[in-house]
Amino acid sequence: MAMASATEPQQDGTRALAPVLKVLNGVPLAVWTLIGLLLFWEAYVRLANVPPFILPAPSAIAQEFRAYGHRLFPNALVTMFEVVFGFTCAVLIGVPLAVAIVYSKFIQKGVYPLIVASQTIPKVAIAPLLLTWFGYGMTPKIVIVILLSFFPIVINSVMGLRSASDEMIHLARSMGASAWQTFWKFRLPHALPSIFAGLKLATALSVIGAIVAEFIGADKGLGYLILIAGSNFDVARQFAAIICIALIGMCFFFTLEMVERFAIPWRNKSDVSGEA
Amino acid sequence: MNALPSPDSLSTPATDTLTSTGAAHVSIKGVTKVFNGRKGRVQALEPVDLDIRRGEFVSILGPSGCGKSTLMMLLSGLLPASSGQITVDGKEINAPNPEAGIVFQKDVLLDWRSALENVMIQAEIRKSDKAEAKARAMELLSMVSLDDFHDAYPSELSGGMRQRVSICRALLHKPPLMLMDEPFGALDAMTRDQLQLDLLKLCRDDDMTVFFITHSIPEAIFLSDRVVVMTPRPGRVERIVNIDLPRPRRLAMREDPKFIQYVHELTGIFKSLGVFREE
Ligand SMILES: Nc1ncnc2c1ncn2[C@@H]1O[C@H](COP(=O)(O)OP(=O)(O)OP(=O)(O)O)[C@@H](O)[C@H]1O
Ligand SMILES: [Mg+2]
Repeated sequence: MAMASATEPQQDGTRALAPVLKVLNGVPLAVWTLIGLLLFWEAYVRLANVPPFILPAPSAIAQEFRAYGHRLFPNALVTMFEVVFGFTCAVLIGVPLAVAIVYSKFIQKGVYPLIVASQTIPKVAIAPLLLTWFGYGMTPKIVIVILLSFFPIVINSVMGLRSASDEMIHLARSMGASAWQTFWKFRLPHALPSIFAGLKLATALSVIGAIVAEFIGADKGLGYLILIAGSNFDVARQFAAIICIALIGMCFFFTLEMVERFAIPWRNKSDVSGEA
Repeated sequence: MNALPSPDSLSTPATDTLTSTGAAHVSIKGVTKVFNGRKGRVQALEPVDLDIRRGEFVSILGPSGCGKSTLMMLLSGLLPASSGQITVDGKEINAPNPEAGIVFQKDVLLDWRSALENVMIQAEIRKSDKAEAKARAMELLSMVSLDDFHDAYPSELSGGMRQRVSICRALLHKPPLMLMDEPFGALDAMTRDQLQLDLLKLCRDDDMTVFFITHSIPEAIFLSDRVVVMTPRPGRVERIVNIDLPRPRRLAMREDPKFIQYVHELTGIFKSLGVFREE
């Protein structure tokens, strides 16, 4: 009993700290690394007296967010819309096109090689052309996002749909599966991991597409803000916009990751059991 | 080791027909298969003749590349024969025969479906009654001691468990004819023994005809009513050996002198075919 009472206050002490420790433990290691880097950056700028038009301190960038947020936010929305809308169009065009390529000899032989060959044209090179065709609004930006992101979607979907083994197709036929059943119950679910790999590549490319398109000719969007801030030597504002872009990209990627977890539950289940 | 039994005492010649038992369940008459591959014409099967009775368990033994899998593909209707005729229940096979149940060498489980769902795909494709099929699927899984794993994904199962699921899948619709292509080829000896017993148990109740391809002489003897020996490529039927061992088969029978005699006899046939070469 005496020992128990002796240890009790100590236990209470750790118990009080426990929730705090738990929260700290729950923060991923990468976040700690990021915090460390920001602290180093702040200290370096202050100690070395780096002028703010060369490299602003993180605190200055945070201040910029506060002062300039009302302009950043609507422009970020514009860019986000271009990215998400263009990406969605790319998926809606790319996946059915992949199905057509796999199922139609004509499209596979007559169209697919042209799609592959067209990838040697840098999209940036045709961006000015798109501006003359579609004007300065959102349309040319969305078109560029589609052009950039649709290729990995098509390629990965085609690979996934083709990768069904002979045995799997034999199995389907031996049960008397119709062409539709073979596609819907065998080929498509088998292709999902590969399709999602393509979609993830496409998220990064669609953000790049939107920004590049805004560089070339726009009157709103984060790319446009960066260009204007650059001509005014306003580096803090450029950083603020870049952080917005990164946040858009990350949100987009993680949303897709969540959808993937939902769509491919058999993958994570084995992952989780592997970790445990 | 020279005490090989004379082949005539135990086996019947390859020309054996089933005149005594009436109509055969599966009848293969003069079937050949030629592949026109990249390496030109490959004659995979020379004329093959074979009749299989209803409810019979027939093993196909033959060296690698002799056309066993090809013969099974022809039986299932997944590949057309180059010539000859295959009938099942008197009906000629010229399209995939959905009445057959097929087990491939690889388990071909669908990664995205649990064990139970993998068995149930059979019912979904055939649009048969869901509740009834599910009850049978669970029954089959429990017969191969997988009831606790019915909701496990294939990635969470061992090789032997996966192959058991694929056998259950093939059995779900009570196929009158089972076609099995080296289903236990990739498994370790211990799992293999267990699965052989499981298979015999699963086949016992229904009056099912089984066409079973294997590389293993003891496996063929242990499971079968008749063992069909094929020649090296181009394959044809060299000899048919009747296995006269009581059923149900027990693992201990593999030490039975009669069993060992069969092993000697089949080994002798393969030696005479030049499949085994000893110095
Ligand atoms: N699709 C194909 N195209 C061309 N040749 C083929 C094809 N399938 C099989 N063959 C040839 O037919 C022959 C028989 O093949 P098969 O797969 O039936 O042999 P097997 O007896 O099952 O062999 P194993 O025991 O190794 O599985 C082989 O020589 C092979 O090269
Ligand atoms: Mg084979």
